[in-house]
Amino acid sequence: MPADSLFIQLPTDSPCVMIEFEGQPLAVPSGISVAAALLASGIRQTRRTAVSGAPRAPYCMMGVCFECLVEVNGVPNCQACMVTVSDGLKVRRQQGARALNALAEEGAHDGI
Amino acid sequence: MHKTQTTVIGGGLLGMATAYGLARLGQKVCVLDEGDTAFRASRGNFGLLWVQGKGYGMAPYARWTRQAVALWPELASLLLAETGIDVQLRQSGGFQLCLSEAELAEEVRRLQWLKDELGDYPFEVLRNAQLSQRLPGVGPAVVGACYSPMDGDVNPLKLLRALHQACQLQGVHLLSGDKVMGIEAGDNGFVVTAGEQQVRSEQLVLAAGLGNRELGAHLGHAIPLQPSRGQILVTERVEPFLSHPTSTVRQTDEGTVQLGDSAESVGFDDGTSTAVMADIADRAVRSFPRLGNVRLVRAWGALRVLTPDGFPIYQSLSKAPGAYLLSCHSGVTLAAIHALRLAPWIAGKIALPEVAAFALDRFNFAPEVRHAG
Amino acid sequence: MASERIDLLIIGAGPAGMSAAVEARRHGLEVLVLDEQPSPGGQIYRNIRESDPQRLAILGDDYSAGRRLADEFIASGARYVPGAAVWQVGEQCQVHYLLEGRSVVVQARRLLIATGAFERPMPIPGWTLPGVMSAGAGQILLKSAALLPAGPVVLAGCGPLLYLLAVQYLKAGIQLSALVDTAEHRDILQAWRHIPKALLGWRDLLKGLSLLAKLRLAKLPHYRGARALRIEGAECAEAFCFSSGGKVHRLPTNLVLLHQGVVPNTQISWSLRMRHQWSDAQLCWRADRDQWGETSLAGVFIAGDGGAIGGALAAREQGRLVALAVASQLQRLDGARRDHLAREPQGALARCLAARPLIDALYRPQAENRIPHNEVIVCRCEEVTAGQVRADVRFGCLGPSQAKTFNRCGMGPCQGRLCGLSVTEVIAEQRQVSPSVVGYYRVRPPLKPITLAQLASQSNHDLSPETP
Repeated sequence: MPADSLFIQLPTDSPCVMIEFEGQPLAVPSGISVAAALLASGIRQTRRTAVSGAPRAPYCMMGVCFECLVEVNGVPNCQACMVTVSDGLKVRRQQGARALNALAEEGAHDGI
Repeated sequence: MHKTQTTVIGGGLLGMATAYGLARLGQKVCVLDEGDTAFRASRGNFGLLWVQGKGYGMAPYARWTRQAVALWPELASLLLAETGIDVQLRQSGGFQLCLSEAELAEEVRRLQWLKDELGDYPFEVLRNAQLSQRLPGVGPAVVGACYSPMDGDVNPLKLLRALHQACQLQGVHLLSGDKVMGIEAGDNGFVVTAGEQQVRSEQLVLAAGLGNRELGAHLGHAIPLQPSRGQILVTERVEPFLSHPTSTVRQTDEGTVQLGDSAESVGFDDGTSTAVMADIADRAVRSFPRLGNVRLVRAWGALRVLTPDGFPIYQSLSKAPGAYLLSCHSGVTLAAIHALRLAPWIAGKIALPEVAAFALDRFNFAPEVRHAG
Repeated sequence: MASERIDLLIIGAGPAGMSAAVEARRHGLEVLVLDEQPSPGGQIYRNIRESDPQRLAILGDDYSAGRRLADEFIASGARYVPGAAVWQVGEQCQVHYLLEGRSVVVQARRLLIATGAFERPMPIPGWTLPGVMSAGAGQILLKSAALLPAGPVVLAGCGPLLYLLAVQYLKAGIQLSALVDTAEHRDILQAWRHIPKALLGWRDLLKGLSLLAKLRLAKLPHYRGARALRIEGAECAEAFCFSSGGKVHRLPTNLVLLHQGVVPNTQISWSLRMRHQWSDAQLCWRADRDQWGETSLAGVFIAGDGGAIGGALAAREQGRLVALAVASQLQRLDGARRDHLAREPQGALARCLAARPLIDALYRPQAENRIPHNEVIVCRCEEVTAGQVRADVRFGCLGPSQAKTFNRCGMGPCQGRLCGLSVTEVIAEQRQVSPSVVGYYRVRPPLKPITLAQLASQSNHDLSPETP
């Protein structure tokens, strides 16, 4: 658990999985949401808004507020609180409006 | 009782543009508008300033539309100067994408008819390969497109907001929240009753969309109008990808993508239906495959206001001198001409021989119309 | 599914949905339950079947009580589809949902909306900053990921959940920087003692509050009657500021958890254009229902907090009543048998709801935290301030639907969930009329964002039901 995280985790039996955030590997407990994993890993800001560029982070953790939007495996604007972590998952911050071009090779699979 | 020179019934794009035009000429104007849940075609607008194809079968409407878009820069700069709101006028030309040879052939046939009628009527027919150069990202399912430099778009919600604000700055009095229940025409003008309010005026402008049927009846005129539901989808914001409007896919200045549009006769149901939404999405994805992964955030249905021939009505009512009936379903494209030409005509400041083509009596021989009111 | 019958489709596997499913199965109904989360329990019993003894001890008996219901539900024979996001509900009990990236449509004979509550938005200056979360989010992190605040944390607002979370954190040994309470009353416990009868359904909460009081003596800073709440910070929360007892306070912190009660999740009922009433007591909209939970749309029911806030225990009883009514409508029970079986849940429901008026009155959120000053953002998605909404009222806007077109409030991906109540109340205040006159957004599909490809896959007018 990084020193600057806003949260600490109680000891659990769950095994760790490896995800990537902005290209950096993170070991996180299995079974938790991407949003929880990022908060536990000391990630304090997960996107910038498309309107003003203001920083945002997870707010409601139950799929209501859409503040925790991140890019998951190349798919922009995914609700991090509604996606469960899995080995090899690649997560990036959502910076402003999503791109369209990057999706050309991804095909039509949302996967979330 | 509120007293004014002209009462405008209807606070949509048509009513507000006309009220704004009248107020700019120094008239005292009062606008009566319904409540929050009224049918509002102006809110379900796609935002196109569309010329190509308009007026097929009625050349005067094609000319009227062209004149309207030519006046648009003047309206946009007036609104910007008065309200500070940039309505995002973009007159870049627009594309009508065709997903089959038959669609393309029909579109070309219509444009050729218009060109023959009007003489000067610029358009180009592009096959998929040329189109891909001009409009990157179109899919292989698009067999071709018609491009016209006359077309463009604005942000229709900013336009409605700007018109409301400009009207207020021009001293227009807005009474909202009540439906008009009665109109009395007398020697001294008109008395309009809406809820607890009464407004007396010399002139009366009916611009209430589908509500004009009932209002016309108050004044002894049958107004042949029918609703046609259009559904529009709006996506999440994406980075700019579309430099020009197309008739079915348009990226707004905010980054959202609007997809439309459908036409159904479903009476006064302004809801949405999944089958039509799916068809709109399907057409959009075939037009621009990269949209497949983009999320739909909102869908809405709105009721177009249609006459039997689909063209506007601009009519000084014979049975109620001083009263004008206005009806159209292209409130955005025509906003500039409504504010800058039609309003001066209503105010008696200019002659406008063009409006003769949009008279009410053209429907007198259409038997199905008599039952419509 | 074309050949498979669904008697009762339930949206939401919280206490209301699970209990309705269990009861409906007892009467032989074919039940399908769609839920967005990966495991049953709703938010109140979130992750209950996977929790460990340590977390159960921190979260307390109210939470553990959900385990039995969740186990019963899993064993009930109801078909349960987790990870299903409902994006459209039709008037004829037709439900479209997304599952693993595909859109599926199902047709049922009866529909129960059991989508529960979410937290009332708390628009105060700085509430959009990273490091500011809802108290419910704090609790969900504990339930679902065993996460606790690492450093100083400020809990601010009012309502049972806020105090419960404080108790749970204290039990877990977390140092709270402060509990900043906006409630007016001088002493909550005193007020509670005056109405012992009303507390029949709330003994556990009272226990929690007593614990809170004890721990307050152990020097938990608990500020009462707090006003002028504000979060300072540029890129993230840096301090929480407020006034209390005539003094202005500034508490340095990077984590602020806000709460001022919960409100029904009415997205589906509004999208179906059901009749709703504004509740002045609960400051929210409630869909009209009869005594069995049936709405103004025949065959469509609502149970639990999605209809009106009553808490988890009331939700369970309401779920049972809906199941009995549906069983009776579908000829599995005659009217007399239904009425007989309904007696017990009806009595239990009355006891659960007895204390509700008191709770609503005690923890009524402050006007300034619902109808904020002009500079405060109300619509987080589109970054629209209260001042912009007020300006639109001056330009003739009468209600939320017009405000939406004038300034884009409610047009973002959350589809108005986090601004709808604020916008209604701001307009009502500006117009000096009741929120019931102002109304609510016209909620349109999709209820959850769906990709165009997913939507287009339903094209060709082929919307016949299929197996998920």
